[in-house]
Amino acid sequence: MIKVDRITKRFGSIVAVDGVEFEVQRGEVLGFLGPNGAGKSTTMKILTCFLEPDSGTATVAGHDILRDPVGVRRQIGYVPENAPLYGDMTVASFLKFVGSVRGMSSGSIRGAIDRVVEQCALSGVVQQTIETLSKGYKRRVGLAQALLHDPDVLILDEPTDGLDPNQKHHVREMIRGMGAEKCIVISTHILEEVDAVCSRAIIIGRGRLLADGKPDELKARGGGRLDVYFRKVTTDGEAA
Amino acid sequence: MSATVAVFKRELRSYFGTPLAYVFLVIFLVVTLYSTFYPMQGMGLGVGFFQARDASLRTMFSLFPAMFAFLGPAAAMRMWAEERRSGTVELLLTLPVTIRQAVLAKFVAGWVFLGIGLLLTTSMVWTVSWLGDPDTGPIWSGYIGAFLLAGAFLAIGSFFSALSKNQLIALLLGLVASALLILAGSPAAVRFLDSQSWAPHFLSDLVESLSVVDNYEGMQLGMIEPRAFLFPIVVMSGFVAATVVMLNETKAR
Repeated sequence: MIKVDRITKRFGSIVAVDGVEFEVQRGEVLGFLGPNGAGKSTTMKILTCFLEPDSGTATVAGHDILRDPVGVRRQIGYVPENAPLYGDMTVASFLKFVGSVRGMSSGSIRGAIDRVVEQCALSGVVQQTIETLSKGYKRRVGLAQALLHDPDVLILDEPTDGLDPNQKHHVREMIRGMGAEKCIVISTHILEEVDAVCSRAIIIGRGRLLADGKPDELKARGGGRLDVYFRKVTTDGEAA
Repeated sequence: MSATVAVFKRELRSYFGTPLAYVFLVIFLVVTLYSTFYPMQGMGLGVGFFQARDASLRTMFSLFPAMFAFLGPAAAMRMWAEERRSGTVELLLTLPVTIRQAVLAKFVAGWVFLGIGLLLTTSMVWTVSWLGDPDTGPIWSGYIGAFLLAGAFLAIGSFFSALSKNQLIALLLGLVASALLILAGSPAAVRFLDSQSWAPHFLSDLVESLSVVDNYEGMQLGMIEPRAFLFPIVVMSGFVAATVVMLNETKAR
């Protein structure tokens, strides 16, 4: 469902993403691993058509990111890093706004809000202003926003960052539950998250693709430990 | 289209979601209407409404260029600066809406907000109609001109709001740019350029023609010149387009 074709992105003299290519199929939960500044968020911003790549392209659910960015965005549910939200709106009016930008009818928006409020356990705070919510609730509102149109492709940039262990568990359960029928890419630098939710993992460092495989395979390469392998591939380049 | 409308609605509602909008509107109305009756001496605004003994809105209209040069950038300062500061620009621009639609939707929302302010000054129209028998032509053209002017200053403000993440800096830059347009045709500026030996004559002509005040003056008198209409429209569309270009550069920073 996602096909990334050698995308490269520079910011000034820094190469943030350097010829990354991979594919993700429906039913996969792809863990996107890498140290901070490795190019994870930049890749996700390119896939969601927030940024344009300097070279290369990608297709998401059959739409090319350069030729049909709005078509791509229609297919995607995206939670940006830190899950930014309009703090001055209530949860209900915010979700309604997202639904209408997505061109949903008011009837289907109402049904969709009921569904995501239930799914993300937001029923107690629907009429509350977003800026008064705790971090955990804000994250879940960000997730609810991404699930509103029931997208086939979900792109989540560090969705469990800043959550307490119970909330992390809840979000991971949700992702795993949806993994079978959707195509999900989740970035993280928490390695145990890979074990918990991902069916496949990619490691990138300094903009390059360093490893691609099932969590068990990657672990085996590190002698049974993912963190050992992670450190090995992400620090190799620096030594050279 | 529905996406554009949704962004427009959210933006317009957000104006009235904070007390700031009401504060600006009240200040605008108080200053405008007060100055109509008691113009400050030495500002070249002529005599007050009652002294003029004239059932027209010329005193009030002559205040609008300066008022909107302030209110336009003030209404626009939040527009993109806040989206970028809080990171919601990434949320907005990864929804199925293009950057052009988003810029246009937010601009029109701000324009409607200023239009509401303008509409609230129509109490003066009732006043003059009750006191005398005003000529309606100049009132219509004066209001249309003022609305266009408001849009031009708002567009300038939106450009600087896309430039700086800091609302205050966006406001100050917008005010400076607007003040330049106001001052361009002032007698002092033109006289200065004429007195300079290095400045060719066409330069002072050019600067004079950039004056929003001069262009608007004719409209207050009921003269509908294409140039007077075109000038604010050109400024407005130019700066809205520049906002799109600027935002494309700054959105990810």
